Amino acid sequence: MTRFKTLAGAVAIAALTAGSAFAADMTVGFSQIGSESGWRAAETTLTKQQAEKRGIDLKFADAQQKQENQIKAIRSFIAQGVDAILLAPVVATGWDQVLEEAKDAEIPVVLLDRQVDSSDDLYLTAVGSDLEHEGEVAGQWLVDNVGDKDCNVVELQGTTGSSPAIKRKAGFEKAIAGHDNVKIVRSQTGDFTRTKGKEVMESFLKAENGGKDICALYAHNDDMAVGAIQAIKEAGLKPGSDILVVSIDAVPDIFLAMAEGEANATVELTPDMAGPAFDALETYLKDGTQPEKFIQTESKLYTQSDDPKAVYEEKKNLGY
Amino acid sequence: MTIPTTLRRVLPQLVALFVILALNTAIAPGFLDIAYANGRLYGSLIDILNRGAPVALLAIGMTLVIATKGIDLSVGAVMAICGAVAAALITNDHSLAVTLVATIGIGILCGLWNGALVAFLGIQPIIATLILMVAGRGIAQLVTEGVILTFNDPGLIFVGTGSVFGIPFPVILWIVIGIAASLLFRTTALGLLVEAIGINRRASMLAGIGTGALLMAVYAASGFCAAVAGIVAAADIRGADANNAGLWLELDAILAVVVGGNSLMGGRFSIAGSLIGAMIIQSVNTGILLAGFPPEFNLVIKAAIIVVILVVQSPASHTLFAFFRHRPRSEPAAASEPGKEAAQ
Repeated sequence: MTRFKTLAGAVAIAALTAGSAFAADMTVGFSQIGSESGWRAAETTLTKQQAEKRGIDLKFADAQQKQENQIKAIRSFIAQGVDAILLAPVVATGWDQVLEEAKDAEIPVVLLDRQVDSSDDLYLTAVGSDLEHEGEVAGQWLVDNVGDKDCNVVELQGTTGSSPAIKRKAGFEKAIAGHDNVKIVRSQTGDFTRTKGKEVMESFLKAENGGKDICALYAHNDDMAVGAIQAIKEAGLKPGSDILVVSIDAVPDIFLAMAEGEANATVELTPDMAGPAFDALETYLKDGTQPEKFIQTESKLYTQSDDPKAVYEEKKNLGY
Repeated sequence: MTIPTTLRRVLPQLVALFVILALNTAIAPGFLDIAYANGRLYGSLIDILNRGAPVALLAIGMTLVIATKGIDLSVGAVMAICGAVAAALITNDHSLAVTLVATIGIGILCGLWNGALVAFLGIQPIIATLILMVAGRGIAQLVTEGVILTFNDPGLIFVGTGSVFGIPFPVILWIVIGIAASLLFRTTALGLLVEAIGINRRASMLAGIGTGALLMAVYAASGFCAAVAGIVAAADIRGADANNAGLWLELDAILAVVVGGNSLMGGRFSIAGSLIGAMIIQSVNTGILLAGFPPEFNLVIKAAIIVVILVVQSPASHTLFAFFRHRPRSEPAAASEPGKEAAQ
């Protein structure tokens, strides 16, 4: 009887996984940056869900914001002989050596969400949103909304040297170029965290005449915007009307702020990067089809008119 | 009787603080402005006092630990644990009192763990506390399940952003705890006993001091301070961020103690000095933010200023000053100078 049950179970499992039989014994290592923002946590959750759905054995390593931890994790994945590696790199530089080691071991590496400076034959493909495009969408929204009015913008940058910080800044500047009424008056790093976002915004408010000279805040992620919104409120100003707030990522908490009229717009960075990455890996491992070097996800703009309350309800269970 | 001596003890730190504040005033017009708005004082100076609160709180406990010739690397991680515990309890509908008591209890427990490793297992403090520094952030992430736990309890939020008579509550917290700790250690023999352990633990034990219990108490005090700092940091952003709360703050706290003129070799300590040290560090941070330099320069500028302060404070430069001041009879004066005035 026991043997029969085991057999039945085995058959059932075989039947369930038959659709992706080659994936059943696929092992993928995933070196995640950490969970410095809600978005990152959602990406981790969705990656784990995707792996489970496809029957992929996912080895997860949290690097706690440190590149040396990521390099260690990748080396250990190589030593374990995984079939593929997913890497969300914490900074853009310094990856050549370890990517070459993966290449020598014939393990394809897929970059998630962020890019690296290394030559593109060192990795299979990169899945991500076009970071510069996100900044452009945010900048375009601001330009469209202020019209001909003069607008002094303060910018909360991401971690210094990280590719989202560099590219979201460049994209935004591209969108406001040629509109002389919109200019960035202050720009400082808020390290993508709420605490620093709040602290830096406090100093911006002090430096710009108690905030009266600031027309808009552009934050490289929603978490810094959430921190900054608190600083604006504590300074006795109204975020969303006295100071326009536009940010990037579209995490649930910013929709709450939008529903209360405290934030104006956010550009979505979808946390489901693993889906396209696994698709590309499965095809590549099956018949060696080389995917495009960059697989771009959509950058959708949400504003207060997009029923933020409903979007919040939809997003809050995604694991943000 | 102690006031003139205490003041003389922290004079170099006060001078450094005023020089940096003067620099900030030169860089940012309106730096010294303080206004009263929305029921609280508002201005860059208030920001320094308020933003410096977590490091100031940590520095109080760290001063005591360092006075015993120890070090507590775990305080940043303990902050993260306590912030996470507070957020988890309050979002599970526990009362504010239960949340605060339990959170502070957890902080003290973390301190007792460190203290036990140091006092009874004889593990070197830097290693003993490194264990919790590494593991603590993981524990905090387990508590928050990897997300930023947000809460809306007005009582808990008050700890981080409320104000009493216009003064931000975190500022009141660190000043009150600082004064209480100073009184406790300076009006009783406790301070002397702690210094004795720092100078020679074995001799203190032979002299009849309960070194084990005292070490446990000192690390527990550090855990307590970290717990309060953790609650303040979480309440400030209305959420517990296990990954970033208190990140690297143990180093800022150690720096505050050193900039405050305390020796890492233990022995004599000054809590007032450490608190001024914390304010020096925060003044540098705030000044950099107000200056409007590109963020790439932040850490370099901070490092350069700290180096200057430490060089000016170093025993070598004291000897040099003394040498030029008392040229005719330089030797004895120089030898007794480096921050080691007679007992209080």
